[in-house]
Amino acid sequence: MIYITRELEQQIRREGEKYYPDECCGILFGELSEQDSGSQTVKRVKSLLPVVNSFSDGERYHRFLITPETMLQAELEARRRGQDIVGFYHSHPDHPAIPSEYDRAHALPVYSYVITAVAANVAVELNSFELSSDKHIFYPEEIHII
Amino acid sequence: MAVTVLIPTTLRSFTNRRSELELSGNTIREVIQNLADEYPETKKAIFDEEGKPRAFINIFLGDTNIKKLNGYDTEVKDGDTVMLIPAIAGGSVESSVIEDGRAEKLTNDEIMRYSRHLLLQEVGVKGQKKLKAAKVLIVGLGGLGTPLAQYLAAAGVGTIGLVDFDEVESSNLQRQVIHGTRDVGRPKVASAKDAIRAINPLVKVEVYNILLNAENALDLIEEYDVVADATDNYKARYLINDACVLLGKPDVFGAMYQFEGQTSVYYAKEGPCYRCMYPAPPPAGLVPSCAEGGVLGVLPGIIGTIQANEVIKLIIGGSQPLIGRLLTLDAWKMRFRELKIDKDPECPICGKHATIKELEEFDYEEFCGLKKQEEEEAPVEAIEARVLKQRLDNGDPLTIVDVREPHERAIVKFPDAKVIPIGQLARRQNELNPDIDTIFICKEGKRSILAINTLREAGYKGPMYNLKDGINTWARDVDRSMPQY
Repeated sequence: MIYITRELEQQIRREGEKYYPDECCGILFGELSEQDSGSQTVKRVKSLLPVVNSFSDGERYHRFLITPETMLQAELEARRRGQDIVGFYHSHPDHPAIPSEYDRAHALPVYSYVITAVAANVAVELNSFELSSDKHIFYPEEIHII
Repeated sequence: MAVTVLIPTTLRSFTNRRSELELSGNTIREVIQNLADEYPETKKAIFDEEGKPRAFINIFLGDTNIKKLNGYDTEVKDGDTVMLIPAIAGGSVESSVIEDGRAEKLTNDEIMRYSRHLLLQEVGVKGQKKLKAAKVLIVGLGGLGTPLAQYLAAAGVGTIGLVDFDEVESSNLQRQVIHGTRDVGRPKVASAKDAIRAINPLVKVEVYNILLNAENALDLIEEYDVVADATDNYKARYLINDACVLLGKPDVFGAMYQFEGQTSVYYAKEGPCYRCMYPAPPPAGLVPSCAEGGVLGVLPGIIGTIQANEVIKLIIGGSQPLIGRLLTLDAWKMRFRELKIDKDPECPICGKHATIKELEEFDYEEFCGLKKQEEEEAPVEAIEARVLKQRLDNGDPLTIVDVREPHERAIVKFPDAKVIPIGQLARRQNELNPDIDTIFICKEGKRSILAINTLREAGYKGPMYNLKDGINTWARDVDRSMPQY
């Protein structure tokens, strides 16, 4: 389950529109709490860190990459803010907000993966997913806009 | 030395949710070892089964990746900070294997012919133009190659290459519906080319009446955008996979046996390859071919049609192809299942430290156990059908053992043969007379070799012979009233 303010949710959509037709990507900072009754975790998003999509030129329309160096800076920034990295967001230009096989193969458990679909310049649906601990299935994650 | 290790959220379930740990050690290796000792679960998350660090974890000392320092031997000082940093990536759709610039204009006739494709938003004019520009190589024109050739031709794939060395036989017609009764004896590629022409004369067909091997595979496959593996043997499957990995092409795979089929898209650029899924073939002879074990005629029609579907999706782009997933079908129970396949970072052809760089350097015969089998077979003595007939006519004392399955004996019986299934041979060896010659028969003379080796291992000392090429040869050379199957 993921809690996010309307303002931050809107910011993710605007990032998706800004980088269209390429994919945008960024990092979700916040609090991670104990697992609820299910196997999934509960996260409260407190702030965002938009980052550069480092995938090679010409492929960013369907791929995103956050380099280890960017991730290191993000980890340090999260700690400065007294928060944790609780997940990531990216956009799917002209494609539904469902994880691709490539998403699944490159994802890690615990984190939230928020995806916003951008159809011809306009952000439409927005969903979140969490990977199972055996890394085989992406489960849809309930989003609570607060 | 005491250092602080910072743990990312994804790994904290292994460290009792602690985000920072104080650990000691003189090098990164010692620090990580101490982490694994204190929290054994982290070991599994950070290292694979062989103790190598997993690809997605990067280790930083301060703000420098240890790859840029001395790797795991990098020394640490009191008060240093070590961070485990995951790499993060993702994306939306698979792109088309055809670049936009290659798309070819459609004529009015083509617009009419492909109208039902053009009406689909996902295909549209853009997708159909890519199909027209695409070049697809189908290796094997048997059961799987049949629907591949038919549907790809009908869909308007611009160029279809056909590779097969065989001629059409009457026992092919039960499932290889691209060939007709009057095609028996013709090269399969010629028969298939005629069929494609009849379906869609706009398709350019290239035929290769050759056996794919390590010398010609790269040159042939390089000319094509997608390869469909519709072969029936392991040597060809590894060869096609390896050539596709080296050339960066997708390998749309299908295989079937009796009532079971499987299909996947092996595309090393985007996911796992065939070797990630099957690092080595089963021992030669363990898995019988369709010629030995049979196959339901419709099954290759279903599997080959799924392959055609995946080929078309790779060309159009924007779909969710069968990459990283293996689809299996049990046609008897009519049940599909889907298995996830992960890329093997240590794969010898698509992994980080790939060892296979050229096809000619890899011995496919040996890898698939084809050489070994010949050596093992050598000591088994064979008898020709005509010679056996002569000895029977002379009244020589002989025991003939039929090791075929009951339903095969229902097709044709061998006169005066003793029936012992292979599984019972060892314990029923006292039914054989070791003072006289025993002749073993099966359909093609392969399982009878297995029978002789089984008895030898069980300690049987009598003389044993294999009816060369099985009961089918007897039906051809000795008793023409008997059917072949």
